[in-house]
Amino acid sequence: MEQQRSTSESSQSPRSPPSQRYLSVSVSDPVKLGNGVQGYISYRVITKTNFPEYQGSEKIVIRRYSDFVWLRDRLFDKYKGIFVPPLPEKSAVEKFRFSAEFIETRRQALDVFVNRIASHNELQQSEDLRTFLQADEESMERLRSQETGIFKKKPADLMQMFKDVQSKVSDVVLGKEKPLEESNPEYEKLKHYVFELENHLTEAQKHAYRLLKRHRELGQSLSGFGKAAKLLGACEGQALGKAFDELGAKSETLSIKLQKEAHQLLMNFEEPVKDYVRAVQSIKVTIGERANAFRHQCELAETMKLKEINLDKLMLTRSDRVGEAEQEYKELKAESEEVTRRFETIVRRMNEEIVRFQEQKTQDMRIAFHEFAKGQARLAKSIADAWRSLLPKLEACSDTS
Amino acid sequence: MMGSENPGFEESHLFASREEMENLVLDDPLTTTTTTATNNNNSYSSFRSAKSSISDAATRHPLSPPVLSTPAESDPLLSPPVFRNPNASDNNSYIEPPSYADVIFSPFDDNSANEINRVDSSSHDLDSSLTLSRSSSSTSDYIKITVSNPKKEQETTNSLVPGGNTYYTYLITTRTNIADFGSSEFSVRRRFRDVVTLSDRLAESYRGYFIPPRPDKNVVESQVMQKQEFVEHRRVALEKYLRRLAEHPVIRQSDELKVFLQVEGRLPLSMSTDVASRMLDGAVKLPKQLFGESTAVVAPHEVVQPAKGGRDLLRLFKELRQSVANDWGGSKPPVVEEDKVFLEKKEWIHDLEQQISNASQQAESLVKAQQDMGETMGELGLAFIKLIKFENEEAMYNSQRVRAADMKCLATAAVKASRFYRELNAQTVKHLDTLHEYLGLMLAVHGAFSDRSSALLTVQTLLSELSTLHARAEKLEAASSKIFGGDKSRIHKIEELKETIRVTEDAKNVAIREYERIKENNKCELERLDKERRVDFLNMLKGFVVNQVGYAEKISDVWAKVAEETSGYAKDSC
Repeated sequence: MEQQRSTSESSQSPRSPPSQRYLSVSVSDPVKLGNGVQGYISYRVITKTNFPEYQGSEKIVIRRYSDFVWLRDRLFDKYKGIFVPPLPEKSAVEKFRFSAEFIETRRQALDVFVNRIASHNELQQSEDLRTFLQADEESMERLRSQETGIFKKKPADLMQMFKDVQSKVSDVVLGKEKPLEESNPEYEKLKHYVFELENHLTEAQKHAYRLLKRHRELGQSLSGFGKAAKLLGACEGQALGKAFDELGAKSETLSIKLQKEAHQLLMNFEEPVKDYVRAVQSIKVTIGERANAFRHQCELAETMKLKEINLDKLMLTRSDRVGEAEQEYKELKAESEEVTRRFETIVRRMNEEIVRFQEQKTQDMRIAFHEFAKGQARLAKSIADAWRSLLPKLEACSDTS
Repeated sequence: MMGSENPGFEESHLFASREEMENLVLDDPLTTTTTTATNNNNSYSSFRSAKSSISDAATRHPLSPPVLSTPAESDPLLSPPVFRNPNASDNNSYIEPPSYADVIFSPFDDNSANEINRVDSSSHDLDSSLTLSRSSSSTSDYIKITVSNPKKEQETTNSLVPGGNTYYTYLITTRTNIADFGSSEFSVRRRFRDVVTLSDRLAESYRGYFIPPRPDKNVVESQVMQKQEFVEHRRVALEKYLRRLAEHPVIRQSDELKVFLQVEGRLPLSMSTDVASRMLDGAVKLPKQLFGESTAVVAPHEVVQPAKGGRDLLRLFKELRQSVANDWGGSKPPVVEEDKVFLEKKEWIHDLEQQISNASQQAESLVKAQQDMGETMGELGLAFIKLIKFENEEAMYNSQRVRAADMKCLATAAVKASRFYRELNAQTVKHLDTLHEYLGLMLAVHGAFSDRSSALLTVQTLLSELSTLHARAEKLEAASSKIFGGDKSRIHKIEELKETIRVTEDAKNVAIREYERIKENNKCELERLDKERRVDFLNMLKGFVVNQVGYAEKISDVWAKVAEETSGYAKDSC
């Protein structure tokens, strides 16, 4: 039930019970726009909310994939330490083809993306989110093209982060100084877990995708078999011919069911597993950010130590540069504190996030498994029912022939 | 193995590696060869090897244990109460209601009594039930032939190279209760050459019948394949061939077959099939025929056989000339295939063959798709098993353990389902194999039809010959009547000609009788084909469908259980 509220009203009427805050978003109605290489898909994003910061309780905007990317990048930047929900892949090739399957899986993934942000305690407060959900298309376009300029180096940064995290071995081997790293055994364990998990999940996702392909293939072969049976039936004629014909018809029916189930598998099982993989990859980026922040903090601490020594020296010699040095030192200290604060925020956030992530994934997987099992059970049952319905007819044939 | 400290996880001996997973799967005796054979991508060869492995199992274990009962150690993922105890009440819910099972697995077969509750009885049962359902009498006479024990032997005669020329012999064991055989169980050792002889002699004696085609000589394969593999392949093919012969109502009573199955030693060869003598005969006769020293006539006893190369060169030439005249000559041959019914039937058979061939190809695709489904399902289960182990080893939160438990549900079910798909497929192969069998039978039909046309050609040739001879005789008589007293040599020629005509007349009559006989054989065989084919195909359909139903139910139950166990947090949209 929506509560009609004008923007000027205060957030809460005095005596009424506090209403639950809600922010729900849907991504729907994909529409192909533009031509050829310039082609893209636009989505309708509908927001329903009672958050006071929002202009009104319902808003509809049109967004495209790069807008979502903009949002994610902003969130990554502002909320370091939080596992920003993953986006579906860019995939330039598929975009060109725009198959129905691609459009639907992307839409679903985008929907999940926004909703996860909307239900995250911290992320849902984001101003960028509000912009994304409410700004008109023109403003959005302006913002989007602006940001790509500033964030151009982002991919390089990300690459660097990965390299740093993974190149510690080579550094030691090459005789470089031991890289600055947290000596936190629990965190080490977590990092190892994340990297290993990605491998395992990727394999599971691979097989999940193959399985849905097998469903399609089985469907195709049943269709071919059904047609052949019908032809054979036409040749045979009489009771036996009819039996073949019925078998052929059933085969073709089941072929359709299999194709349907393949689609269900894609949307309800393979995509969630893929999403899991993406989420883990997103965590890896956060790990990189944390490493960066840690290194930054260490570097500043080093620099500060040096400055302190220098300052003491200057004070001893009663140099006239003391004031200047003191000022520098103060500034450095403030910066160091800021950096430390940022690092600690990341650590705090990560600790919370990892718990939330594990719980979220357990839920997500349970639902995915449930849907998978339901689908398989339903499919197998309808296969059994379909074939079983043939048996009395086959019996009848043997009685008459 | 991996001793997991996690108390909530009973199966601590879960497998981490793919190899172990495959061992898990491969412990099943019936699917061992199937799985290894399907590692090549050729769908037909996997189909064939699936077939051969099944008949293997059937041969080695005539009362083969049902596929489901794998030994306990190899199967930790299948919880005991559900699968190994046939008396468990669960079990019956997986299987077809007994009424359907009864129809397929004939009560005549003493094995089926034990196996009435199992959908997957051995091919041995299916064969006998099929045979029984076809026989018009309800007596239980049978001939059971097995081919086994291939042995390498040395060629004792004519070996130019000492110690060279080896060949293989096979032990052919027959069990029968038919009185004519004189004994109820006997064996002989035979080599492939003997089988070729048998096949040739049957072809001569049973013209017009649908004689099952013998296995190919496979000269190329015998060089290229591994010896053991080739010998095994041949053993299987021989067994199939002999069993088919024993199933044929007329041929099973033949002397040729009896001798083959019972009499040890080199198979006696009649003159007509001895290659060397055939060549000699032909070579000796031809000069006589060409230079006019022999009567240049086809003797009556020869017309009961088609003209064969080497021996009957002249006859071949004549018949060839006749067939050309038939095809290209303006005039109609003296006797034609007039039986419209037959001609229609012949066309219909051709169409049927095409449809069976098409269906057989599609069946192969279906088998491959089912195979792939089972494989991928198993791989998915394995991937999740690895994940389970990983999550449990590195678990820091309870949510991970919960997730691992959920995964265990899924993975276990996936492995079970994978197993079911493989079993389903093994059975599907057996049933749809009927299509392949009938394709082989089509060859026999072609053989019988060509017997008919060659017999007809013989008749046509003789009739042409006769009319030529008569014309010649007339001319000679007309010429000699003009000369009073007559030319002694001319009179002699007329006498000779009259003799030739007489012999040719006899030959013609024999040829016509032979032709009629073959026509009659064709007719009977076609009727038999129709009857048996209907029964066989119907059984095939029933078997296929019952099989699909049974396994689909099992698979459905497995997944329904998982759906139930994961129903917490379920989405509202159901």
